[in-house]
Amino acid sequence: MKISNFRHRCVYHAVALLAFASAGSLRAQENYFVTYSHQLEEPGNLEIESKSITGSPGGGNPFVATALEFEYGVRTWWTAELYLDGQTTVGESTVFTGFRIENRIRPVLREHWINPILYFEFENLNGADKSLLEVVGHDTREDFLSRNDRSEKKREAELKLILSSNFKGWNVSENIIAEKNLKNFPWEFGYAVGVSRGLAMAMSAKPCTFCRENFALGAEIYGGLGDRHSFGLADTSHYLGPVLSWNIPRGPSVKLSPNFGLNGNSNGFMFRFLLSYEIDQFFSRLRGE
Amino acid sequence: MKARGLFLALWILTGAEMVFGEAGDGQWLRKVPAKDRSRVNPLANDTDAPLAGAKIFAEHCASCHGEDAGGKVQGKHIRPNLRSDRIKQAAPGELFWLLTNGSQKNGMPSWSRFPEPQRWQLVTYLKRLP
Repeated sequence: MKISNFRHRCVYHAVALLAFASAGSLRAQENYFVTYSHQLEEPGNLEIESKSITGSPGGGNPFVATALEFEYGVRTWWTAELYLDGQTTVGESTVFTGFRIENRIRPVLREHWINPILYFEFENLNGADKSLLEVVGHDTREDFLSRNDRSEKKREAELKLILSSNFKGWNVSENIIAEKNLKNFPWEFGYAVGVSRGLAMAMSAKPCTFCRENFALGAEIYGGLGDRHSFGLADTSHYLGPVLSWNIPRGPSVKLSPNFGLNGNSNGFMFRFLLSYEIDQFFSRLRGE
Repeated sequence: MKARGLFLALWILTGAEMVFGEAGDGQWLRKVPAKDRSRVNPLANDTDAPLAGAKIFAEHCASCHGEDAGGKVQGKHIRPNLRSDRIKQAAPGELFWLLTNGSQKNGMPSWSRFPEPQRWQLVTYLKRLP
């Protein structure tokens, strides 16, 4: 009965998201789930994105966690985002787990071999959050086993140095992550690295939905690097995930990624899926221009 | 202390220029390196390139520059007319450079995420606009 309810919720969420997205316009900015590239939101555009992860950790209950993201291009060199996180765990509850506010700034305006982006985030989450938008410190699969408990509050600052290159259709991105619980906890560190490429270099002349130019393949690897007192790979978890992206012309963008745990501290298998919809020149449209 | 004040003033001025400098003034043309300016469009004579470029334009550029590429005024922002003499007279290599680097102070993002052939297709489309 519980499993049935869980499935109904999943189907409900999927249908709601598809209905929402069917009204829309295309393209996601990133070809990854965890890794950021130097691609920022176009100024004036608002991207609404549902980024979900589902898993069934051994010894714990299956869950689906979703981060609803609102990403706005303030300037060509500045993108601001708001995330609202929530999750459903079978046999436990459906809970709102907090919010994140992030800003990405491009300090170097021209395109170079390696393009740096500075990333600043404030998170106000509770202990039930399972959205796994990054892995830092000594995050392990144990974090997914405890029952939904919102009593633990986590107010954290997160900094990232994003380095990214576009070359002959390939994107290679590296993220170095430092996160600090604003209570008296040490800095924690993590990383994410991604590689992706579109399946076609040139655009075809005819309109098409399923042609190669609308698809991209990639892979990302991410994990923790310990904290200030115990930097390194000991007691950390790491994941590898291939990513398939499909940008439906003048429609939503869809991404799928099976994620595999790479050591005993990681969840064995999780699945990520994403649906995004971009509204061009959001405020101009509101003003009717 | 004086140096700190001077640095702060410069920083504020630079920041203000980044925030408020929005007009498409063609200043970017002066920044194109010679080797980029002289690049030849490999798809200039490709019969599919203008059609493919039109698809890219409709998807990614039209919301700012207008469906007909004639430019737009959105609030206080002026989005340049791509049928202008400046674009007609620009070398293909200059337009390719602009698509790759953007003109970020003027609100034009970089489109380096498009593979090179797609950027050349867009250049072909722009050069054939009446």
